[in-house]
Amino acid sequence: MSKVRVLAGTRKGAFLLESDGKRKTWTVSGPHFAGWEVYHLKGSPADPSRIYVSQSSGWFGQQIQRSSDGGKTWEAAGNAFVYEGTPGTHQWYDGTPHPWEFKRVWHLEPSLTDPDTVYAGVEDAALFRSTDSGASWQELSGLRNHSTGSRWQPGAGGMCLHTVLQDPSDANRLYVAISAAGAFRTDDGGASWTPINRGLRSEYIPDPNAEIGHCVHRIALHPARPDVLFMQKHWDVMRSEDRGANWTEVSGNLPTDFGFAMAVHAHQPDTVYVLPIKSDSEHFPPDGKLRVYRTRSGGNEWEPLTAGLPQQDCYVNVLRGAMAVDALDSCGVYFGTTGGQVYASADSGDTWAPIVRDLPAVLSVEVQTIP
Amino acid sequence: MIRVVLPYHLRTLAGVADEVELPLDGAVTLRAVLDALETRYPPLVGTLRDHSTGRRRPFIRFFACQQDLSHDPLDALLPLPVLTAAEPLLIIGAIAGG
Repeated sequence: MSKVRVLAGTRKGAFLLESDGKRKTWTVSGPHFAGWEVYHLKGSPADPSRIYVSQSSGWFGQQIQRSSDGGKTWEAAGNAFVYEGTPGTHQWYDGTPHPWEFKRVWHLEPSLTDPDTVYAGVEDAALFRSTDSGASWQELSGLRNHSTGSRWQPGAGGMCLHTVLQDPSDANRLYVAISAAGAFRTDDGGASWTPINRGLRSEYIPDPNAEIGHCVHRIALHPARPDVLFMQKHWDVMRSEDRGANWTEVSGNLPTDFGFAMAVHAHQPDTVYVLPIKSDSEHFPPDGKLRVYRTRSGGNEWEPLTAGLPQQDCYVNVLRGAMAVDALDSCGVYFGTTGGQVYASADSGDTWAPIVRDLPAVLSVEVQTIP
Repeated sequence: MIRVVLPYHLRTLAGVADEVELPLDGAVTLRAVLDALETRYPPLVGTLRDHSTGRRRPFIRFFACQQDLSHDPLDALLPLPVLTAAEPLLIIGAIAGG
């Protein structure tokens, strides 16, 4: 029988939550790397036993951990993320040039086909790749050296490359998202990059056609239809039919224009989940009600999913990396909160229950479906 | 021999339970101690000194014999009681945040 493993990265370590295919009872393992921030951990689609972890600390810097036995044991991998060449500058908050400085790994994206290859999205924004199980890292510097790079500015959370997507139909095509530069695509394996932000509307940017400067919070795709992208942005939910070349707003009847997390149903490419948050100023669910919203039509028409979720006095946040789906026949949907809860739905979002309630603030949630 | 006390999280990372003893003798500098630590415990590379610049990470401090050595040149000799192993070199995570 299939098994599900939920990987939760938190402010104070990593937790592994496991269940059988029924997803009724769960075992909890952790904290792994207790006391360290775990921004992200993710398993290899090519080998579920291989898990990569970003472990970081304001005191001691960045570590990468690797497991080859499904999280039973860990070994330290390489942690030298050194920008290629002389890094140069990007724009600081006050508009002055500021040197590129590595701070941490926000996102680890294992290759779809090779368990030893993994991408790392880092702050200050850059993309690295390892082809030796994380032992060494090389920057794909064409991204940071894009002609707009010197004008990129950090968002409130830093200038982070927080999302990496792989096109399963073309190994040379990747998408990344950077706060607050925007989304970018490569069609040549990371050598060159194109900003893909046409159609995004961002308040306070005077130029409605600004090539960069957009605060993209998350992008997502369905592997069966990889040309269609969805985006949760600082403002609005967006959809692209053409690999990000053009975007149209599909926020429809969502209760707010803000949010972080986003996921696409495992089997239905037009079924998308978001979790609206009340405004960039307050960062909690509107009306104290924790509601996932689901569209079954690729956007515009959204339904609130509330069964099993707190509908009063709830003021947690759900961060950009903290929602994921499993691949079982009845698709499971999962998200974690800054209040330490990890919620699961085994029926595509119709009903929810907490797996755990009292973890440290959850930074990321990933799911492995293990045959 | 040089005795070194690591902060909790670095002891965990290095897989050591207690004080570390490094086989260094004679005129030993802080740089030599850090190099030896990183050679013996590769996961410590980058935790004390920045990968790119080689500078001490901001929240790392070095103490010995009731002196703060954090701002001393890396190539300065360590105090005599450290060189004779009468006192350990203390590596401290600065007290900040939670």
